Amino acid sequence: MPERFTELTSRTIVLAQESIDTDQIIPARFLTTTTRAGLGAQAFYDWRYDASGAPLADAPLNTIDRAEHKILVAGDNFACGSSREHAPWALLDYGVRAVISTSIADIFTSNALKNGLLPITVDKETHQRLLDEPGGRVTIDLERCTLSIGNTEPIPFTVEPFARRCLLEGVDTMGWLVERIPAIEHFERTQDNAA
Amino acid sequence: MPPEHPRTLFDKVWDAHQVQAETADAPGILYVDLHLVHEVTSPQAFSELDARGLKVRRPDRTYATLDHSTPTLPPGADGVRPYTTADAAAQVEALQRNCARHGVRLAGWDSEDRGVVHVMAPELGLTQPGMVVVCGDSHTATHGAFGALAFGIGTSEVAHVLATQCLLQRKPKTMRVTLDGALRPGVSPKDLTLAVVAAIGFSGGSGYVIEYAGEAIRALDMEGRMTLCNMSIEAGARAGMVAPDEKTVAFLRGRKFAPQGEAFEAAAARWLALASDKGARYDKELHVDAAAITPMATWGTTPDAAIAIGAPAPTPVSDSQVRSLAYMGFTAGEVTTHAPVDVVFIGSCTNGRLSDLRYAAAVLRGRRVKESVRMLVVPGSESVKRAAEAEGLDQVFIDAGAEWRLPGCSMCIAMNGDFVAPGQLAVSTSNRNFEGRQGKGARTILASPATAAASAVMGVLTDPRVFSEERAHA
Repeated sequence: MPERFTELTSRTIVLAQESIDTDQIIPARFLTTTTRAGLGAQAFYDWRYDASGAPLADAPLNTIDRAEHKILVAGDNFACGSSREHAPWALLDYGVRAVISTSIADIFTSNALKNGLLPITVDKETHQRLLDEPGGRVTIDLERCTLSIGNTEPIPFTVEPFARRCLLEGVDTMGWLVERIPAIEHFERTQDNAA
Repeated sequence: MPPEHPRTLFDKVWDAHQVQAETADAPGILYVDLHLVHEVTSPQAFSELDARGLKVRRPDRTYATLDHSTPTLPPGADGVRPYTTADAAAQVEALQRNCARHGVRLAGWDSEDRGVVHVMAPELGLTQPGMVVVCGDSHTATHGAFGALAFGIGTSEVAHVLATQCLLQRKPKTMRVTLDGALRPGVSPKDLTLAVVAAIGFSGGSGYVIEYAGEAIRALDMEGRMTLCNMSIEAGARAGMVAPDEKTVAFLRGRKFAPQGEAFEAAAARWLALASDKGARYDKELHVDAAAITPMATWGTTPDAAIAIGAPAPTPVSDSQVRSLAYMGFTAGEVTTHAPVDVVFIGSCTNGRLSDLRYAAAVLRGRRVKESVRMLVVPGSESVKRAAEAEGLDQVFIDAGAEWRLPGCSMCIAMNGDFVAPGQLAVSTSNRNFEGRQGKGARTILASPATAAASAVMGVLTDPRVFSEERAHA
């Protein structure tokens, strides 16, 4: 079950590049795992390590204090590509709790929300303000659906209402669906009769 | 007479699968007819079922295969398969174990049905018009070629479907992409696909289900339609669909899991009625002139960065495009047909079918792969492999100097030990040219099977019509 998400104040990591795809977030060669755990070590691996596996000293993702930087601000079309849920698993394990961009891929958004990683899309102007201030402090309030850059006026954002409730209240989506199996069985009976 | 409320193909499939309609507070519950499973995105889902004491609810609607982590070289003299790592072997064993425990059918190593999930399911007739098909794989859109609503899901959702046969979903928007006119001779479905992705843009399809329509779509065979629908996700759309027609019906007739006899005729009548009603509305419309398309190839590191072969690489309009060009080693305003190609890959769920291998073999017959080029040909399934070998295509590839491998995803996702070395330039029939997609530091040009074969011969990115014109003049 995902960790709850209510409010978060943290500094930003800015990766301004557009179309940061899921192969950048976690390269496919690390997908042979059979668990969800520990994938933070491979998050953005090819941006953080050289061909021999030695850490790149100048890679911001290796030098920042992860406990202080939990909000990723990324270029447009973030997390395009594969359906791998390893992408949000890797980001969460690395320490990221929210991602902000002008657009975020559909499947990634769905996967992230199920794991307690909050994807937020903002307009270009807000995005530019965030890009211009790497490491800036941002407050995300999921109850009110607002984000504030520093101490400035809160900016509203939208999250799919059910996913929001799941994050705020810790609703177990699988449990919610399993409770509805009687309705599913009823649907199946009507289908069998129709066929 | 047109219906009072004309509906799109998508609407019809969507409406027929609503267990519970969506409300402002909660998504709808969407029923899944066919759940395809592979080794990479399923182990954590089975673990979740185990942790909750749940079983696979409908093993009869679930079908698994081995494709991503599997070696494409045969077992050694010791009978051991050459997995790239112990983890890869363990992942395959996990799926074998999970399927056995839950009674899920698995096209495993010993099965004549095994193949890349999106090649295998259609050829077995598992995929049928009007179905909702899901898989923990973004290229599930492939099955939309049959008029199914097919899309990729994450592993949490794989667990949802295993446990309940349903997903929580809000209704997406619809986009119709109409391909007017006919493709010119020598222009393949992959060229059309790359042109469509370029026209929509890398995120233009986000939030939409695409319906492909028009003269050029009706003219495509089922394999070409699969190539097109397959890459819908590369424009951000989770699903792409083509209305079923007589070609769809003919393709499915007699397939292993398709209805048989009278049941087939009844099903075929239902399938043909799925086409969008006249007057149905779409949230977005796009027209592409199919007759203007020429062989295409990508110049950058997103699949929409596609241009006609021989056209100059564009002048970057963003920092990301500057980075993309620099990564590829191309220069703005210069053609990309001079750079030496190191690797050619033919295969994948986009272009690993029999027609794709025929396109490539037609170019390679009687020619040699240039010495500096390594060429890998990986059939999409055991069935494709058997059919290709029956008509001697394997020998054409081998005689030309290419490697003929066992079916699998192979160098498309490069997690099984088949990869492009750092800095090498590949012409690939796969679907993604992301940085490092085919191996750390690998540079990928996406193109059609004929282009890949022509490029293997010439050692540089080559418009395959050079060879077809030679044939025409011979």
